Amino acid sequence: MQSLLSIIYLIGSVSFIMGMKMMGNAKTARKGNLVGAAGMTLAIVGTIVLHEGAVSPVIYGLILLAILIGTIVGWMTAKKVQMTKMPELVSIFNGMGGACAALISLIEFNHTKHTSHIMDVVEHIIPSDGIAPGTFFCILAGLIIGSISFSGSIIAFLKLNGTVDKPVRLPKYNIINTIFLIAIVGFAAYLFKVETPTLVYALFAMALLYGVMFVLPIGGADMPVVISLLNSFTGVAAAFGGFLYGNYVMLTGGILVGSAGTLLTIVMCEAMNRPLFNVIFGAFGGGAATATSTSEKGTIKDISVADTATLMNYSKRVVIVPGYGLAVAQAQHVIHELEMILEERGVEVKYAIHPVAGRMPGHMNVLLAEANVDYGKLVEMDDINPEFPNTDVVLVVGANDVVNPAAKTDPSSPIYGMPILDVENAKHIIINKRSMNAGYAGIDNLLFYNPKNSMLFGDAKKVLTELVAELKTM
Amino acid sequence: MENILSIFSEHEQMIYFVILAIFVGIEVIGGVPSILHTPLMSGANAIHGVVIVGAIYVMLNSYPENYVSLALGFLAVLLGTLNVVGGFVVTDRMLEMFKKK
Repeated sequence: MQSLLSIIYLIGSVSFIMGMKMMGNAKTARKGNLVGAAGMTLAIVGTIVLHEGAVSPVIYGLILLAILIGTIVGWMTAKKVQMTKMPELVSIFNGMGGACAALISLIEFNHTKHTSHIMDVVEHIIPSDGIAPGTFFCILAGLIIGSISFSGSIIAFLKLNGTVDKPVRLPKYNIINTIFLIAIVGFAAYLFKVETPTLVYALFAMALLYGVMFVLPIGGADMPVVISLLNSFTGVAAAFGGFLYGNYVMLTGGILVGSAGTLLTIVMCEAMNRPLFNVIFGAFGGGAATATSTSEKGTIKDISVADTATLMNYSKRVVIVPGYGLAVAQAQHVIHELEMILEERGVEVKYAIHPVAGRMPGHMNVLLAEANVDYGKLVEMDDINPEFPNTDVVLVVGANDVVNPAAKTDPSSPIYGMPILDVENAKHIIINKRSMNAGYAGIDNLLFYNPKNSMLFGDAKKVLTELVAELKTM
Repeated sequence: MENILSIFSEHEQMIYFVILAIFVGIEVIGGVPSILHTPLMSGANAIHGVVIVGAIYVMLNSYPENYVSLALGFLAVLLGTLNVVGGFVVTDRMLEMFKKK
């Protein structure tokens, strides 16, 4: 039986690797996800069915009940959530995995340290001559990393959700956090020596608090990077669980996500041209915000829906720059309608997709694909930038920072160095915004004052619907 | 020094396994277009839900009288299931959008 379980774990491990590889290609991605899910199901069923030794039916009942509740709740939540809320959900699910890893460590710690009144020792983990230091190390590492991942993910969720909207920063928070982390590691080392099992709960609480302190100072725009980082943390925590039990499927899954997640985090940082170090230790938003406000800005022009319709109707090439505001207003369907009407009139329409449009890389593609926008019309930044000089009208909907020229011209700007869409090279720029509020990074945008630019104020969905109606009458 | 060497020789296979798995992880992500980053992250998120295997293992090895272990284990299996099921379903929903038209 045990060798059959080993084979199942091998199949599970291979399916994780295959699944991840297939997810890297748009054609095979969906199948890849299913391959991973199949491997996971096999591993879970195998663990339960092929377990050796007598187990009380109560325990089997509890396991099945937990899986049943988790499946129903997880399935319903994932099916019902709006596409715009996707990043929040990934964050929450990641936190659940971290909590799971932390709880395993808490239980194992009790098993190993707390053997006096209930003999509850998992036999082959603990040799008769006492607990191996390696085992103990895995338990504590899993506990700390899992807890940080859990509480950090919850804070990231609250930030994306808008419940916690401003970065909270203690003075010298970097130094405080670093000292606190050292204290946690020191306390964990101390736990090696003492025999007081209750102290492990103190370590648990400290790690949870560190997760909160780690994510709180980081600005909302950097949350995707943080979630990706915490994702790889949970992977590492799962891998420590794998070490603990000598379980290869946990090891493969955990290490795979740990290393792939770390690389993905770095790639995402590169897409925003912000080193990971700056994301974690640097402030985003605030600081330089006042620098641009003193300089000469010029005036802002308004444009009516009717004028916008006329302008677009007689253009040859229109480029739409969608941003998170479009998603918030649920305007992805009406923008597709606009695109189809313009195409009927012989106007060439493309979408310019900034790598971090939406809330995560690729998020905007998902949202537009949901509205049946043709995949081929979504053009990535490097391919669309040379086309702007030949573009008649650029329509910016709910985007701000990704078209802010300060990223190229103002070294004091917090987004300086981030690659942007060069919309100012187009003949006309129309920016749809609800108001003159600053973007997600909380900084002013000089593009609004560009003589080629006109502002089309109003809720994206409402304004675009009016625009479509106006075009239909022409 | 001697300690480190003995740890290495004791766990030689495991160390090789870990290093190779790290390279596999890097290799698997290499060259992925940025539009697939979000689904990939979400998929990876579901895969680390494999930690549930550990939670089930803990439950199977607990004594029915140890209520603390059972309660925590129950919670761990529940949260692990949420991670796995929610993770794969949400990834599937994202990727559904990438169907060829």
